[in-house]
Amino acid sequence: MKYLPLVWAALWRRKPRTILTMLSVVVAFLLYGLLTAVNAAFNTGVELSGADRLVTTGKYSITQVLPYGYWQQVKNMDGVEQVTFASWFGGYYQEEFNFFPQFPVDPQSYFDVYSELTIDEDQLRAFVTTRTGAVVSKTLADRYGWSLGDRIPITAGIWPLADGSNSWEFDLVGIFDTRDPAARSQHEYMLMQHEYFDEARQFGQGTVGWFISQIRDPEQAGQIAQAIDAQFANSPNETRSDTEKAFNQSFLKQMGDIGLIIQSILGAVFFTLLFLTGNTMMQSVRERIGELAVLKTIGFSGGSLLMIVLAEALLLTLMAALIGLGLAAFLLPGLAENMPGFSGLALDLEAWITALLLALLLALIVGLPPALRAQRLSIVDALSEHA
Amino acid sequence: MNKERFGEIDVAETLVRLEGVAKSYRRGNQDIAVLDALNLNIERGDFLALMGPSGSGKSTLLNLVGGLDKPTRGSITVGDARLDQMSGGQLARWRAHHVGFVFQFYNLLGVLSAEKNVEVPLLLTKLSKAQRRKHVATALDVVGLADRARHKPSELSGGQAQRVAIARALVGDPDLLVCDEPTGDLDRSTADEILNLLQVLNRDHGKTIVMVTHDPKAAEAARQTLHLDKGKLVEAQGVAA
Repeated sequence: MKYLPLVWAALWRRKPRTILTMLSVVVAFLLYGLLTAVNAAFNTGVELSGADRLVTTGKYSITQVLPYGYWQQVKNMDGVEQVTFASWFGGYYQEEFNFFPQFPVDPQSYFDVYSELTIDEDQLRAFVTTRTGAVVSKTLADRYGWSLGDRIPITAGIWPLADGSNSWEFDLVGIFDTRDPAARSQHEYMLMQHEYFDEARQFGQGTVGWFISQIRDPEQAGQIAQAIDAQFANSPNETRSDTEKAFNQSFLKQMGDIGLIIQSILGAVFFTLLFLTGNTMMQSVRERIGELAVLKTIGFSGGSLLMIVLAEALLLTLMAALIGLGLAAFLLPGLAENMPGFSGLALDLEAWITALLLALLLALIVGLPPALRAQRLSIVDALSEHA
Repeated sequence: MNKERFGEIDVAETLVRLEGVAKSYRRGNQDIAVLDALNLNIERGDFLALMGPSGSGKSTLLNLVGGLDKPTRGSITVGDARLDQMSGGQLARWRAHHVGFVFQFYNLLGVLSAEKNVEVPLLLTKLSKAQRRKHVATALDVVGLADRARHKPSELSGGQAQRVAIARALVGDPDLLVCDEPTGDLDRSTADEILNLLQVLNRDHGKTIVMVTHDPKAAEAARQTLHLDKGKLVEAQGVAA
């Protein structure tokens, strides 16, 4: 600690260079913070998937609709506790950038299957009985300032009304939340009555998007999924059933391997950073070989000089990493507000620890060569060269 | 010839003793001898000037006495320490506690204030921050620069910077001060001030000083002057301080 003023002073020997290098490290860690949070948000859905739920979609694509009549058939299958369904509405609120998922559902069964959702009983009853009723997640209600009784216009992207218009309107009769606040980002959507949707839409009557079955024994999931698919094999609407976790994973894969993409971007950024920071450290030590020789003359050991130069690299990268991560933590809530489905966007403890370890590794890699040079320098040669 | 100095008679307390010291450097395939079978005793409290033409080996001798380099042959004893038998780490620790260095170009750390520069050697000790501050203040006071403590080297004149360097050399209260051309970068009157200061340190504070210089006027400030030529001591001259 008593060498800190020495390390600090050396770090700011060339202020513009240090500031520019720090800025590049700050940007790298800012990017790390943002992308890691996004990756974590993507994976939260997979992690929080219900182990006792199966999702049944069209065999070849999630966009293939299935007959409404399958609902009863799936309900009657062995091992299935209860079943609900949903469809993809694909609309937006007022402007296209106000996009969030909307699902026409069967109100009662949906809330029965998704027991992690909480809603006031009166509001659920109102949802069940109001044809144009809709309920939204608390996060959406907060974001758009909606309250019960509001009429919410939704412009359809897929399903026009029977008269050809895309302007749907729903009455907000309920606001739901999740028991676990960490799961809020996974349930950031609007639900409307399937019955009304089915009657009012121009085409596609009698179909739904997918079924969600709650099963009695999660260990039987594979067999039950096979049984469901076997039930509809060789029909015009063959199905594919999977656990909710596998379904969420395959849904993510359709967008690409987010983790790999993020790791590739960060890998490129940090690889570039190695050269930039490494060059700064080498240059900084090269410029003050004379000063380091004086320290060695005074009695500083080679090991002390090694530690001083390493501490300088560590201070540079750690400070910049903390600023970058701090900025990311500051920006994430703002970004989350504007990105439906990402309301839980935040840096968790693991991300902080990983980033700080990364900063430590970076400091070691860029600091070690100049530190070894400082450790090994010959006082006599250095003093005569820098006299 | 000064017999005492060449080790034939040794009546005063000897601080530095060199016996049969040789130093050579390897350049390519050639060994270049810089010092050859040198014997020398320096008494405690002496102020010795080393003179000689460039390449005569005086800086090499200074480096050996200051524990910055090790001889190829022979023994070097300073106080109770056999420098020629020490490892690099042991030499570093010895330097930290027993010797102060003054360079021609001051070699202050440009990013630190005068007081922080003076404090640097004390970072190697177990002194508390308050104790370090006290020692620094005393050292700056001795060199007459207490009012410039907060100034950076770039804000000091050459003479002031050299005084800070001397304060840095003094602050650990070493037995020995090793000065390599301490007035080489200064004008005459500033050089005289620095030499006066070194005389005060030698006379009033009992510091043993070994100084390399090209300047006969500077050598006059020393108690004794030795001349080196081609790695050998060729002459000794007594000068009243």
